[in-house]
Amino acid sequence: MKKILALVLALTMVLSLGAIAFADGDLIKVGVINNDPNESGYRTANDAAMRATFTEENGYDATFYNNNDAAQQIATAQQMIQDEVDYLLLSPGSTTGWDTVLQDAQAAGTQVILFDRMLEADESMYVAAVVSDMPAEGETAVNWLADQGLDEYNIIHIQGHMGSDAQLGRTGALDAKVEAEDSWNYVTQQSADWNEETARTIVQSVIDSGEAFNVIYAENNGMARGAVAALDANGITHGKDGDVIVMGFDSDVWAMESVLKGEWNYMGLCNPMQAEKVDKIIKDLENGTEPAEKVIYSDEPGFDCETITQEDVDTFGTGVEEDAEEEAPADDAAEEEAPEEEAAE
Amino acid sequence: MTTETKTPVKKKSRSVGEVLKNMTRHQLFIPVAALVLLVLFNLIADPSFFAVSLKENSLGNPVLSGNIISVLDNASELVLLAIGMTLVTASSGGQDISVGAAMAIAGSVIIRLVCGGRVSVDTMQTSLILAVLAGIGVSMLFGAFNGVLVAYLKIQPMVATLILFTAGRSIAAWINNNQLPIVNDQVFKYAGTFIPGIPIPTPVFITILVILAFWLALKFTNLGLYTQSVGINANASRLNGLDPKMIKLLTYVILGACVAVAGFIRVSRSGSINYSRIAENIEMDAILAVALGGNALGGGKFNIYGSILGAYVIQFLTTTLFKYNVPSTALPAYKAVVIILLVVLSAPVVREKMSHIKKSSKRAKEVA
Repeated sequence: MKKILALVLALTMVLSLGAIAFADGDLIKVGVINNDPNESGYRTANDAAMRATFTEENGYDATFYNNNDAAQQIATAQQMIQDEVDYLLLSPGSTTGWDTVLQDAQAAGTQVILFDRMLEADESMYVAAVVSDMPAEGETAVNWLADQGLDEYNIIHIQGHMGSDAQLGRTGALDAKVEAEDSWNYVTQQSADWNEETARTIVQSVIDSGEAFNVIYAENNGMARGAVAALDANGITHGKDGDVIVMGFDSDVWAMESVLKGEWNYMGLCNPMQAEKVDKIIKDLENGTEPAEKVIYSDEPGFDCETITQEDVDTFGTGVEEDAEEEAPADDAAEEEAPEEEAAE
Repeated sequence: MTTETKTPVKKKSRSVGEVLKNMTRHQLFIPVAALVLLVLFNLIADPSFFAVSLKENSLGNPVLSGNIISVLDNASELVLLAIGMTLVTASSGGQDISVGAAMAIAGSVIIRLVCGGRVSVDTMQTSLILAVLAGIGVSMLFGAFNGVLVAYLKIQPMVATLILFTAGRSIAAWINNNQLPIVNDQVFKYAGTFIPGIPIPTPVFITILVILAFWLALKFTNLGLYTQSVGINANASRLNGLDPKMIKLLTYVILGACVAVAGFIRVSRSGSINYSRIAENIEMDAILAVALGGNALGGGKFNIYGSILGAYVIQFLTTTLFKYNVPSTALPAYKAVVIILLVVLSAPVVREKMSHIKKSSKRAKEVA
C-alpha cells in the first residue's frame, strides 16, 4: 500500500514537473548579464529598458544579473549556460577574459548576443552585437574639440572604469590626438572609476596645484558634473564663453539640459536603448532569419552647446520625469529577480 | 584614555634616549609621525603645496582654496566614520564593513525626502532638518541591526556587517525607486560646500562640531570607560554590573549616527546620489584610520583622537599623491604599503624582536 502511494506521489510530481516544463515551453529562455544599474543614469536607463522588454508578456523567460565585476559576470554566465538558456545577452564589464564563456556557449548551443558594450573575440563567437561604437564616440568628441581651434589644449582627462569598452574607446581617440599634436597636453590623466566625487577631488587637486587648464574631458556625465562642481567652487567659468571647455558622455537628460543652458560645451551621446533591437534580432532568429549585419552600431551624435535644441533633449535624454511611471513595473521585476541573483552568486 | 595621554607629561625630564623611547611608545606617535613625514615631504618637494588663496566661487561668495583646505574638507566624511568605527572596534573587537553602504542608505533617505519622490527639484519639498533627522534615524536603525547581530547573536562583526555591506546599496537604490534624483536647491548644498559669506567649507565645521560632541561625551559620561572595559573583558564588566551587550549595541547605533552625518555631507556636496559609487571602499579607509591611530583592532583601549588624526593622514596622503599625478587606480597600492608597515610593526613577534635588539645594543654599549 505504501509503495503504491509513494509511486502515485512520485508520478504526480513528475507529471506536474512536466506540466511546468510544458507551460514554459513556448517562452524563450534568456539570460541577461548587465552592469550595475546604479552605476550611472545611462546604466539605469539601459537596465530598465532591458527589464521592460524581456518580460513574460513579450514571450521571454528572462533571468537578470547585474554586476560591474567581469569575474562575477563570467561565473554567472557559465551558470546560465549550464541552466540551458537559449540566448545569453551580454554587456561585458571588461573587454577581455570571455573566451571560455563564449566557447562553452557555443558547445552548449547557446546563442550569444552582445549589447551595449563590445568584447574582444572573433565575430564567429557571437550571433549579433548591438553596441555603442565607443572608439567612434571618442573620435567624434576629439574632432569636435579640435574644431574649437584653441591655441593650446591643456586637458584634464577623467577616465572611467579602466579596461571597460567605454573607457578604452573614449580614451583611445584622445590619447592618439595628444600624442600627435604638440599643442595638445594632458595636465592630468586620471581614472575616477565613473565616480563623481573622485572626479571633483581630481579637478580640485589640479586647481590647488595652480596648473593651467582649459579643457575637461570626462568620460561620463556624472564625472563631468563632479568636475564642474570643483570649477564652481573655485569661481572658474566654464561652458559657452567660459574659460574651460567641459565635455561629458552618455544620455542623461540633466546633462543635455546643462549643454542646452551653455554650462557645458559638449556631450557625446551614448545610446542606452538597445533592448528593442535585441528583441527583434531574437524574434527573427526564432523565425529562422539571421541578422543582416553582425555588428549593429547605434547612431550616436555629439551635442554642442551652440547647436543643441530642446528637441534633441526630448528625443535623446534619458531619466526624464515621465519615465517614472513607465519604469515602475520594471522595478517590481527587479525585486522579484533579487533572490535568483543571490542564488547565481 | 585621558590618563594615558597624560603619562608622558607626568614623567620628569630624563635622558634624550628616554624621551625618544617614551615618544615612540605613545599611542599618537604613528599618526603624528606620518603627518610630519607627509608635511616635510611636501615642504621639500614643493612648498606651494601649502599655499591658500581667497577666491570667489561662481555664486560670488568668498571661498578659501588650496591643498590644505581640500584635505580638511575632503577628510570630513572619513573623520566622522573613523570616530564611530573606533568605538565599535573598541567595544566589539571587530569592524563594521557596511559603513559605505549605510552612507548610501542615509543619503538616499535624505534625497528621497528632499525630492519628494521626484527626479529633479529646484526647491526642497521637505524641510532639510526633518530630512536629515530622518536620515540619522534610519541609519541608527541599521546600526542597531548590525549591533544586535554582533552583541546578541554573537556573530563576528565583519561577517554580521557583511549582510548590509552586500545589500545596503540595493536598499539605497530601492528607497529612491532606482532613480538618480538631483537637487538643484543651493540651500541643500550648503552643508557640502560653502555657506554664503563663510570662506571655509561647511564640512569642516560639521566635523569640528561632531568631534566636540564626542570630546564632551567622553569627558563627562562613562561612554569611554564602559566601551573600553567591555572590549577588554566583557565577562568581567558584566560581573561589575555593566551590560556588555547593550554597550556594544550602543556603539553600533552611535556609528550609525556618524554614518548618517557623513552621508548627508556626501550627498550635499553634489546634490545627487549614485548608489553604487557613493563612498565606495570608504570602509577600508575608515578601518585604516583606526589602525593608523594606534588603536588595537582587537578591541579594548582606544583613542578617538588617534583615529581622527589617522583619517586626516589618509586624506593628506591621497591629496599628495593626486598632486604628483599618481594614477588614482594606484592609490590603493600606496595605502596597502602603509597597512603592511602598520600590521608588521604592531605584530607581537616583531615587537618582541625589536625590544630584544634594543636590549642587546644597550648591553653592548654597557660592555664597551
